[in-house]
Amino acid sequence: MMKNERTTIITAGVVVGLIASLLVYFGNPANMGYCIACFLRDTAGGLGLHSAKAVQYIRPEIIGLVIGACGAAFAHGEFSPKGGSSPLTRFTLGFFAMIGCLMFLGCPFRMLLRLAGGDLNALAGLAGFAGGIYAGIYFLNRGYTLKRTYKMTPAEGGILPAIAVALLVLLVAAPAFIHFTKAGGGPGAKHAALFVSLAAGLAVGALAQRTRFCMIAGIRDFILFRETKMLWGFVALTVAALLCNLTLTAVTSGSFFKLGFAGQPIAHTDGLWNALGLFLAGFACVLLGGCPMRQLILAGEGNSDSAIAILGLVAGAAFAHNFGLASSGAGPTANGQIAVIIGIAVVTLIAYLNTYKK
Amino acid sequence: MQIIDARGLSCPEPVILTRQAMASGAASYQVIVDNNTSKENVTRYAHHQGYEVTISEQDEEYTLLISK
Repeated sequence: MMKNERTTIITAGVVVGLIASLLVYFGNPANMGYCIACFLRDTAGGLGLHSAKAVQYIRPEIIGLVIGACGAAFAHGEFSPKGGSSPLTRFTLGFFAMIGCLMFLGCPFRMLLRLAGGDLNALAGLAGFAGGIYAGIYFLNRGYTLKRTYKMTPAEGGILPAIAVALLVLLVAAPAFIHFTKAGGGPGAKHAALFVSLAAGLAVGALAQRTRFCMIAGIRDFILFRETKMLWGFVALTVAALLCNLTLTAVTSGSFFKLGFAGQPIAHTDGLWNALGLFLAGFACVLLGGCPMRQLILAGEGNSDSAIAILGLVAGAAFAHNFGLASSGAGPTANGQIAVIIGIAVVTLIAYLNTYKK
Repeated sequence: MQIIDARGLSCPEPVILTRQAMASGAASYQVIVDNNTSKENVTRYAHHQGYEVTISEQDEEYTLLISK
């Protein structure tokens, strides 16, 4: 690997890790500077797509990630509207990736941030996540493909960035039909100031667009090609967030690091289901070609396949809370366990049916 | 020369196709991709395998000439 590429990705990882840790200091829920799954879920709640009152807030980080990536793509001639590669399959994969994330209580990004906060339950998640990536690679190596994309019009590629702008308008205007978790009413009420969250989203969105940052690619490309570039970013992010959490705990009155399994913030201790949840998410995301954050970045670049995957994630979040599938600090629900098993079966079937050299 | 048309495919598929083609042991390959990420990833993989890469661009498509 080229030295400067490694330096760039490590720097990006450090910056993203620091921003994520600081977002908690500025008001985000614990170990949740970023969580794409949780934030899409909160946004779905803000729009009234589910009625779990504890998790309703249009998260400016999501808006910032899409617009930041869109701006960086435009600035570097990489805004490239594309789509048409198995859209409904991508919707379904996004849907079940979310079911898996909400079993674990976090996307792969939050998995790293939970580790950086001392939450050892995330180790079970990491093991499951790596297993899911292995499962996806098994099919990739045998010819799995969702077929090619085609060029789309700028109007098509611009719809998701336009939706992000519309969400920002709704957040600022806060009309009565938008739902906000009441103060003290749950994680939805915990958030950094709007402009802080938005700026953090914009910065990370632009950085992720330039560096192709992806939580899946780190482990996937190492297993597939012994390529370590993205793995360095993955590790740098975790270490930077960990050091920042330890520093914040030392110099402020708050607690940003607690080592152990029990009593971790917005987490449960059921190792098997933590692992199976992220197994499902990792498997589905390899088949999608990137983690939930990467889908937001690609959608910002005008990729409507990724936009469809995001709509699938949002629909998954709404179903998860309408049907009682999401875990809580008390642990997984029976409905959630059934949904994860169905999800693993459906994702395996999708992988098998789209693999051409069986 | 073996030609690999990876247009419209997203990573890691273009790199996997390149790797599979390289297993044939041909002296040179032409890989066609249509996005920067795939161009970067295929180039990095070919360099790691000890190949030289020459890139030409036309109409948002990149042709990578890969040879030892």
